[in-house]
Amino acid sequence: MTLGLSLGVVVGYLLFALAVGLVAYHVSEATAEDYYLANRSIGTVVLLFTTFATLLSAFTFFGGPNLAFAAGPEWLIVMGTLDGVLFAVLWYAIGYKQWLIGDRHGYVTLGEMLGDRFGSTGLRALVAGVSLLWLFPYVMLQQMGAGEALVGLTGGAVPYWGGAALVTAFMILYVVLAGMRGVAWTDTVQGLFMLSIVWIAAVWVVSAVGGVGAATGAMLDARPDFGNFGGGTYSVGFIVSTAITIAFGVTMFPQINQRFFVAKSGETLKRSFVLWPVLVLLLFLPAFMLGAWAVGMPVEVPEGANVLPVVLNEYTPAWFAALVIAGAMAAMMSSSDSMLLSGSSYFTRDVYRPVINADASERREAWIARIGVAVFALLAFVASLFRPGTLIEVGDTAFSGFALLALPVICALYWDRTTRTGMIAGVLVPQVAYLAVVLSAVVGTVPTLPRTVAGGWDVALGLMVLSAVLTVGVSLVTAPTAEGDASRFAVAGD
Amino acid sequence: MSRSRRDLVWIPTFAVLVAFAVPWPLWGVDRVVAGLPVWIWWHVAWLGLCTVLFSLFVRSGAWERGMGRQPGSKSESPLGGDRQ
Repeated sequence: MTLGLSLGVVVGYLLFALAVGLVAYHVSEATAEDYYLANRSIGTVVLLFTTFATLLSAFTFFGGPNLAFAAGPEWLIVMGTLDGVLFAVLWYAIGYKQWLIGDRHGYVTLGEMLGDRFGSTGLRALVAGVSLLWLFPYVMLQQMGAGEALVGLTGGAVPYWGGAALVTAFMILYVVLAGMRGVAWTDTVQGLFMLSIVWIAAVWVVSAVGGVGAATGAMLDARPDFGNFGGGTYSVGFIVSTAITIAFGVTMFPQINQRFFVAKSGETLKRSFVLWPVLVLLLFLPAFMLGAWAVGMPVEVPEGANVLPVVLNEYTPAWFAALVIAGAMAAMMSSSDSMLLSGSSYFTRDVYRPVINADASERREAWIARIGVAVFALLAFVASLFRPGTLIEVGDTAFSGFALLALPVICALYWDRTTRTGMIAGVLVPQVAYLAVVLSAVVGTVPTLPRTVAGGWDVALGLMVLSAVLTVGVSLVTAPTAEGDASRFAVAGD
Repeated sequence: MSRSRRDLVWIPTFAVLVAFAVPWPLWGVDRVVAGLPVWIWWHVAWLGLCTVLFSLFVRSGAWERGMGRQPGSKSESPLGGDRQ
């Protein structure tokens, strides 16, 4: 009976979220083109929450508490630092600069901006291609998270593939039915809902176990090492490289990066920047502490399940636990849809139209985008069945892949002397090297290359340095091409 | 157009804000204060401090000067919000 209730709440909530998306779509009478134009009038609250919504992923709700459960609450520090502080600084350095440039020239994608600055369709397609490549493990991560969440919620009655398939079906439905419009305000509603419900869940569980002090006490009895800062998984190398690769990676995520172009005014970016550290903390603190406290609770976390649903099942009524999981899955679904939609705009604008078919009709382009999203999501679903790593590992792979784009982009934004050849070398070489490292772990016939060296330092961090060195070095020895125009990125004065 | 020399102080300030959001001085410390490990409180307070300083950065006008612009200048281009 409880099983039926839980599943009913989950599927019901997902259908509700889908209905909200549909209504929003029909009310807005959106055309394919309007998807971008409408977003250009995005205000502070919506911008803040659509950006926030990318945090509402399996990485935060499930991966984070799982890691805190396995290795200690230091994950809060890592995520808080990278997202609350480092990302905020990059929000200014990359985001505001991009907004100023985009405001002058009307760019809507990163590839378009760089392609225009350097007069290179190849660079434009390369940046879009690289972005799509790393979107793949990120979408897969959502499917893995959903699969594991339902295993935890139903005690294994729903198999892993069932949950993954459910969320995949809803992702595709959402995109095909709700169409090409990013319903930013559903992100906002879901962001507020999840923020409140995570706090309610934390208060509920903590009062059931006798308060914060008792929860921490029980945690320390079970795992005394959780009390002291650092140690175990959390080496200096791990903390520093994870924080840097993820923070830089987030700025290059298609959906986030596209938000840098679409804010209504610079004021919007300023206010979001100021509120960001506190908002991030409000989400991470209860979510990750619940994961860490769970080690002191008398709960059994089944193999391959997420810890958060198990804890909620133990201490809160079945309907509430199901509601949290459903809310998390719906939020994951809508944010990965925004990602898929941004990704599809990268594909149609930066690859399909300039490289493959310049004369495609708008209708054809819209269909190509939808079919592309469906195929992409299905392939990610198949890949998710192989479960190539933990949620954190898969997420980290995606973030690091994006992070390798960041330094060449910063170079282009701030250094006029950057050349096209410098950009292509700085983007392409580290990507090929990182891809070799990632694929060597998947392909059985080749020796696995190390992902970390010298006690937790991520090789992606080294490749980030390489990307900067190559961009600057190659730019210095090559001449700017005639098609390039550095003045395109000038923003000083008016 | 001229960037105030004092604005340069924001660069080390941001560097310190990022670097010490991780409570490095409390490495290995295991004291529990008010129900949570003390280093978690450091982090919570630090992020609060970040919001305060970020707000100061924006209000002082350094946000605009940092991009070589005049604070208070109209930020929208002639194209306005309907850029093509």
